[in-house]
Amino acid sequence: MPRPVDANDVASDVVIELREVVATLGQFPALSGATMQVDRGDIVLLRGSNGAGKTTLLRLCAGLLPVARGTASVLGHDLVTERDLVRPHVGLLGHQNGLYSDLTVAENVRFWAATVGASSDEVDAAMERMGVAGRLAGVAVAKLSAGQKRRTALAALVARRAQLWLLDEPHAGLDQLGREELDSTLRQAAASGATILVASHELDRAESLATRTIDVIAGQTHDAGESK
Amino acid sequence: MSALKVAWLIAKKDLQVERRSRIITNQVVPFAGVTMVIFGFALDANTDVLALVAPGLVWLATMFSLLLLVQRTFSVEADDGALDAMRVAGVDARAIFLGKAFGLVIQLLALEVLLLFAAVVLYGETIRLSGAVLLVTTMISATCGLAAVGTLYGGLAAGSKGRETLLPLLTLPAVAPVLIGATRAVESALGTGAAELSDGWQWVSLLTVFAVAFGVGGALAFGPLIDE
Amino acid sequence: MTTTDPDNTSTTSVVGGSRSTGTKATRVIGVAMVVAMGWLVLFGLVLSPADVNQGESVRLLYIHVPTIWIAYLSFVVTAVSSGIYLFTKKHSLGWDRLAGASGEFGVAFVALTLLVGSMWGRLTWGVFWQWDARLTTTALLFVTYIGYLAVRRLGGSHHQRAKRSAVVGLLAVLLIPLVHWSVVIWRSLHQTASVLDTDGDIDMDGTMLFTLFVGVVAFTLLYIWLVLHRTRAMAMEDMLEDRGLDIALAERRAEGVAR
Repeated sequence: MPRPVDANDVASDVVIELREVVATLGQFPALSGATMQVDRGDIVLLRGSNGAGKTTLLRLCAGLLPVARGTASVLGHDLVTERDLVRPHVGLLGHQNGLYSDLTVAENVRFWAATVGASSDEVDAAMERMGVAGRLAGVAVAKLSAGQKRRTALAALVARRAQLWLLDEPHAGLDQLGREELDSTLRQAAASGATILVASHELDRAESLATRTIDVIAGQTHDAGESK
Repeated sequence: MSALKVAWLIAKKDLQVERRSRIITNQVVPFAGVTMVIFGFALDANTDVLALVAPGLVWLATMFSLLLLVQRTFSVEADDGALDAMRVAGVDARAIFLGKAFGLVIQLLALEVLLLFAAVVLYGETIRLSGAVLLVTTMISATCGLAAVGTLYGGLAAGSKGRETLLPLLTLPAVAPVLIGATRAVESALGTGAAELSDGWQWVSLLTVFAVAFGVGGALAFGPLIDE
Repeated sequence: MTTTDPDNTSTTSVVGGSRSTGTKATRVIGVAMVVAMGWLVLFGLVLSPADVNQGESVRLLYIHVPTIWIAYLSFVVTAVSSGIYLFTKKHSLGWDRLAGASGEFGVAFVALTLLVGSMWGRLTWGVFWQWDARLTTTALLFVTYIGYLAVRRLGGSHHQRAKRSAVVGLLAVLLIPLVHWSVVIWRSLHQTASVLDTDGDIDMDGTMLFTLFVGVVAFTLLYIWLVLHRTRAMAMEDMLEDRGLDIALAERRAEGVAR
């Protein structure tokens, strides 16, 4: 089946396009038919109970899980045949932060930035933006609080210039100030062209942030429309 | 970013992690030392026998330590989802392979020097100057082969159930040629049991071919092995 | 794989909807195999003479030689079909199942070879085991393919299993010549006196050679028969899992509607 995406779509504003996508964890169909479209600059809230398939949906969009059935394209690339082209532009922040606990904040961010060849200015700016510059920069990640770890991981994401941010419960473990900072960072990023998917339980927080809401129920997606 | 540059980054990061955590220095090195001592118990502390089989015991201890080092190097990646993060970031799998393998080579070489020293002290082994070139060449070529095999199967086992048992099952038969070759070559270099110096070089060619075969094969195979 | 249509065509085409793993072809091969085995028993135990040097123990070779031939054949089949799976565009799971089935029987036949071989060695050489190049290589081969089978059981999707095990199957091919090379130089440096002058090669008369030939034919037929059945059983297992997925999918969708 040829994918229904022509070359023009690459330049278009559609960032994620899923049609009846099934994805399995072992033999369990965590996604049982996800259909959705996300445009550039959107901040989309994925709303759903535990086990509804939010995390799987994010991992699938990141190119980490194979598409079992259906068609999916991310950033104009087919997720079945061109996963390798999708990945470099995607940042996934899941339950794990992807940090090296023995290294310092700055070393972690620098490492991830260096994998894409980002300059040290970008690293500094990213750390500044996420509030992990200064004294925190020299602290080992193992000694950070959950919120500080999260901010470090986000700084790494910013430094590696991801276009599509897939965030799984990003507010978890952050204090009030941290949440507000995170929201403003995400709005800024979206305004400058990043597309953001947020899976969250903390609905009031996330709903005020999101421009659109998608319900995830039993592995299927239901568009709940514009939030505001 | 070229794959080699990223590989170097990853290796450097691994060595930095070890410099901070000291897990290998504080746990694997003592383990290797204890192994050398219990070989002495098993062979009834008979120095004639021990001096004769010392090269083999050094490599055997190296191989057991290899299993621990491989597990450690991949638990650094898996603990906080860094390996997933690398895959999402689109880091070239060949670069991950070469980087992890190079980090292992450095750690293994340091360990082998210590084990050789232990063989001199504990088993009465003597090192002759005329065999120094052969000794060093053997250690480098054998270590590259060991690191390549270890990284390859370590990566395969990293994400799976029963990894602790799968790793030795896959690794030990694969490194058997290295054990045979490196032992004989070191015997020649040290003149153990009146082994001829000239006999050693044919083993070095075997070890080199092995290292190149698994270095290249591993770099190519690593992507499909760690991917879902 | 560029499409992900629900029907796994490669699965259905192998089984053809049948509930049994037998077909006309396997039945013919099965009968031929039983006849050949009967011949092997007749020639191996009754009609062929005892060897001048080895006595009656030579009869063990009529099993030993065919089983090692089958073992090597099955590893070649595993390697080739792993390669075909990996390097063809279609990535057909049929090749993966052939590789797996062949690997399983390869391991079983090597085990049989080593068992019969050590019995023969005890009778002829006086020892169960000799550290000679062929024996050592075979033993390492045995362990290597046990590892291959362990990798096949790691779980995940069918294509994940296929890709991983195909890579490991091809790496084993890379390993075999290196193992053999190392063991050959090793043993040539350390000339150990063997118990017998020969390393098992004997002057065979016509009947003995013919018996060996019958053995090779019989075991080859057995191998083909086993692999055919096993690949079909594997196809059915895969299909069952796919069907399980359909059911799970329907359940999960219903769960969403009920809400």
